[in-house]
Amino acid sequence: MNDQLREELQQYALYVRKDVIRMVGVAHSGHLASSLSLVDLLVYLYMEAMEVDPSRPMWEERDRFILGKRHGCPALYTVLAHRGYFGREELWSYRRLGAMLQGHPEFRRTPGIDAPSGSPGLGLGVANGIGLGLTLLGRSGRVFCLLGDGEMKEGAIWEAALTTASRKLGRVVAIVDCSRSGTDVPLRLWKDPEGLEERFRSFGWEVMRTDGHDFDALEETFALCTPDRERPLAILARTRLGKGVPLVEKGWPHAEIAPGRHEMEQALRELNREERGDPHGNR
Amino acid sequence: MGTGRSRDVIEVLGQALATLARRDEKVVFVDADLESGGNGGPFAREFPDRYFNVGVSEQDLILTAAGLALAGCRVFAGSLASFLVSKAYDPVRNVIATPGLPVTLIGGAGGVSLGGDGVTRQMLEDLVLMRALPGMTVLVPSDRIALSAVLEGMETWKGPVYLRLGLGDTPPVREEESRLLPGEGRLLRKGEGVTVCACGVMVREALEAAGILMRQGIDAEVLDCYSVKPLPVSLILDSVRRTGCCVVAEEHSAIGGLGGAVAEFLAAQCPVPIRFVSVGDRFGQSGSAVELREYYGLTQGEIVGAAAQAWSMRRR
Repeated sequence: MNDQLREELQQYALYVRKDVIRMVGVAHSGHLASSLSLVDLLVYLYMEAMEVDPSRPMWEERDRFILGKRHGCPALYTVLAHRGYFGREELWSYRRLGAMLQGHPEFRRTPGIDAPSGSPGLGLGVANGIGLGLTLLGRSGRVFCLLGDGEMKEGAIWEAALTTASRKLGRVVAIVDCSRSGTDVPLRLWKDPEGLEERFRSFGWEVMRTDGHDFDALEETFALCTPDRERPLAILARTRLGKGVPLVEKGWPHAEIAPGRHEMEQALRELNREERGDPHGNR
Repeated sequence: MGTGRSRDVIEVLGQALATLARRDEKVVFVDADLESGGNGGPFAREFPDRYFNVGVSEQDLILTAAGLALAGCRVFAGSLASFLVSKAYDPVRNVIATPGLPVTLIGGAGGVSLGGDGVTRQMLEDLVLMRALPGMTVLVPSDRIALSAVLEGMETWKGPVYLRLGLGDTPPVREEESRLLPGEGRLLRKGEGVTVCACGVMVREALEAAGILMRQGIDAEVLDCYSVKPLPVSLILDSVRRTGCCVVAEEHSAIGGLGGAVAEFLAAQCPVPIRFVSVGDRFGQSGSAVELREYYGLTQGEIVGAAAQAWSMRRR
């Protein structure tokens, strides 16, 4: 990856993080730490990896995205808004009565949302169905499904994982956000505590580990997701809860409590220290 | 459903779906081993690339069906009613019903059809569970002729559907039928004394009961309410306004099925005495389907008794 692109992506991720904090802070509801852990992955997917056209959200040949990790919803909405699927001002009515942005992704209500999700464990099976349908109707397009490590105990995921592999649905890509297992050792020494790598392999998948915050690593990993592959790829992306905001990384505020205005301003101040310029003119 | 053993019903279903598939290349059938052992049915034989058997994994069945619908397919998904409803209610609710995807869920062997297997394979709560989902259409055809007609009628229907099949050995109530649309019903017998609303296997029983009631001087009107949701409200209202009383008969729990639907509607629009013929608030058990229907009171005799009670209570 060239330096300019890396810098652009980092900058973009910084703006997204700021809006995630504002969004959760204004709504006084939503999971901040989980959302921040997903930002870099989502930025890379929507800016580089996926073939999409925000002006035509239902374009038939597009790549699809399913958010299994429902707590990361604010991050997805923010990336979609920055990418131009809808106006950025929609972010400020997140979780309000009648809002376009519901607590969990709702198909049809929000442009850019390709599938309903929110109930844990259901994303991968839906991804398979989309993959089968696209193949049958002769369409291109891959299906990226971002799962949380917390939902990997759901049986439905493993019913689906078997189907992906046995039907050779290589266009389906599972990305697991491994945010609960610590980032204190180098990636190659990291033992995924849930044994996900072994489990996916035994189900017939290929597995890659990657650093979910390193754009160079993400570029290398997502280059493997070619539309013509047969064996499905599971990407174990190691991430850090609250990434980018040291206070949140340290577990503040408590995961169950959404930040209020005061906390929001404190978190924004932390991010601003790293900032080099904001195209929206917000400081 | 009233006619034929398991294989026959599946055969009729497969043929009806194949007919739809010939007209619309986006029709697909996802199966969790409903076609007993997989690839033997007429649909699978004619359209192997549009037939997906996911095996015994009901959640995956529903999720795959939802994905196919999201990709633009017209999806039929089948399993035994007992498994489809109870094992897969979460995906049915959250990925089919909530976004209103055009998926038809086919619950095979509803009611006590699979008698010998006992309670785990008998499904007597499916209508209430499915009816409670906003936007879900619930259809219960009475026999194989009605099944084909109901599938014909769904050709242009949008949104999710639960189609309950049952098994029985009685002949169809009509030898021929044009398309049966959701939200409508069939007036099978005109009468002025009591309205009998029935669905599934109980339609045939209701017609038999009407014959007996006639000899007792009660002229029963029989409505086939194959569309439990949306309910054929104008048909029911028109009938009940004339008869002044009502009986509802279904192979289902006493709670929230066709009986619940009719009672909710009539209580608000035209309160009249109602009696219910159902299995009550109970689970099934082992026994032949015929024995069980007798044991749980799903008979013409029960309908006759219920009709006489309702008739005697009416105000005219």
